[in-house]
Amino acid sequence: MLLIPCPWCGERAEAEFTYAGEGGIARPKNPPELSDQEWADYVYYRHNPKGTHHELWLHLHGCGKYFRVVRDTVSNQIYGSAPMLEAPPAVPERKEV
Amino acid sequence: MQKYSAISLAYHAFRGHRHWQRAWRSPEPRQHYDVIVVGAGGHGLGTAYYLAKHHGLRKIAVLERGWLGGGNTGRNTTIIRSNYLQDESGGLYELARSLWETLSQEVNYNVMFSPRGVLNLCHDEHDLKGVQRRVLANQASGIEGEFLTPAQIKKEVPEMHVACPRLPVLGASLQRTAGTARHDAVAWGYARAADALGVDIIEQCTVNGFRIEGGKVRGVETTRGAIEADKVALVPAGHASVLANLAGFRLPIESRPLQALVSEPLKPCLNTVIMSGAIHGYVSQSDKGELVIGGGADAYNGYAQRGSPHVLAGSIGAVCHLFPQFRRLRMLRSWGGVVDIAPDASAILSPTPVENLFINCGWGTGGFKATPGSALAFAHLVANGSPHPKAEGFTLNRFASGLIIDEHSAAAVAH
Repeated sequence: MLLIPCPWCGERAEAEFTYAGEGGIARPKNPPELSDQEWADYVYYRHNPKGTHHELWLHLHGCGKYFRVVRDTVSNQIYGSAPMLEAPPAVPERKEV
Repeated sequence: MQKYSAISLAYHAFRGHRHWQRAWRSPEPRQHYDVIVVGAGGHGLGTAYYLAKHHGLRKIAVLERGWLGGGNTGRNTTIIRSNYLQDESGGLYELARSLWETLSQEVNYNVMFSPRGVLNLCHDEHDLKGVQRRVLANQASGIEGEFLTPAQIKKEVPEMHVACPRLPVLGASLQRTAGTARHDAVAWGYARAADALGVDIIEQCTVNGFRIEGGKVRGVETTRGAIEADKVALVPAGHASVLANLAGFRLPIESRPLQALVSEPLKPCLNTVIMSGAIHGYVSQSDKGELVIGGGADAYNGYAQRGSPHVLAGSIGAVCHLFPQFRRLRMLRSWGGVVDIAPDASAILSPTPVENLFINCGWGTGGFKATPGSALAFAHLVANGSPHPKAEGFTLNRFASGLIIDEHSAAAVAH
């Protein structure tokens, strides 16, 4: 089980949290001008890296807040977390083939 | 290819089993192939087999970073069924299921297909209506299936605690033509049959780049040197996004750990497959006597081939509710695989933004059952450049057009 550092509550067991997918996806600023493929890129397409991953978690059975986490998808090492409106912790990006 | 039969078995028994041929060669890669298939699991090897058999291609290579059948082909819980809700899925999975019936004869290798029936249980009113709807949809599209009442379930599976106070079983769908098969044998059977048709299977050969000129793929860079190819067919399961990234595009895929486990061997006690979406567990008994138990995928993206223990505990808990007598069993081993899940939980068999580069992925938590159908349809796509009639809806276009094939609620085990 992952030990996830909630920025508000500290380290808690994974079972208290809900995974909320890739983080840092900005809603398009010009929705009416987007093509169907550009909408699909925003809604469905993901980076899904093997290595460093910027993601969101929800502390469902805790403070109820969404926050950012940077985690390695191979080692499951969590580099750090940050509240939604703050910059995610800067870590060296690692990508495996 | 040396034919396997009762006569050849007797002949080799008299000669002390010292003169069996190797099941497949281990060739050095050539400079150029007509088609390179990346990934030697069941789907990839099957694709190479059907390309050689149905489409007359002879210069085919299958590249594999690890060993043959060592990914999700060797890590699944071997369940085969075709009782999906949507017409597109029903068509493709039923094509696959019908191919399972004759696959052993087709590749001259016993894949031990055992149509022992699959029950999908429901535990509340909404679940019940969903299952009834799915059975009717299946019957309307010609897929065998029936709805069972609790009394009928008790008759089919007397050892199950149907009147379980916490999770009463209110009904179930039963597909009698569904069942299980030997997972390794599928990879080995396709590998041997493809090799006999001249396909080069090259293990321990990682693809770490693509040669792309003018938007067209020309070959691959590997740890064993560059190899040219007219067409490249990717069948990478959990590593779909990694290969797509090397070729310069993204996919609507997230890779997650999915775990399973087996118990110590028992005398025969369960002659069918039990699945429950509501409580996230399924169980069957292998021919060796082990109970094979699986459940839902882990919540987060991961490439580690292992998941969190509490997810496994949840699957075991679900199975023990239905079969309290299994509580005293010891578990032999557990493992994880990396499954590639699309937003609509349906597969992707598609051309890509790179010309002559094709991808077969997105089978997620249920790809094993589709192996022969997926391979047949993907070989058609790679050879002709246009989708197989049973797989027309499964291209990447559906995410832009909105015609997604939503199987999330209908896949019998929620993801």
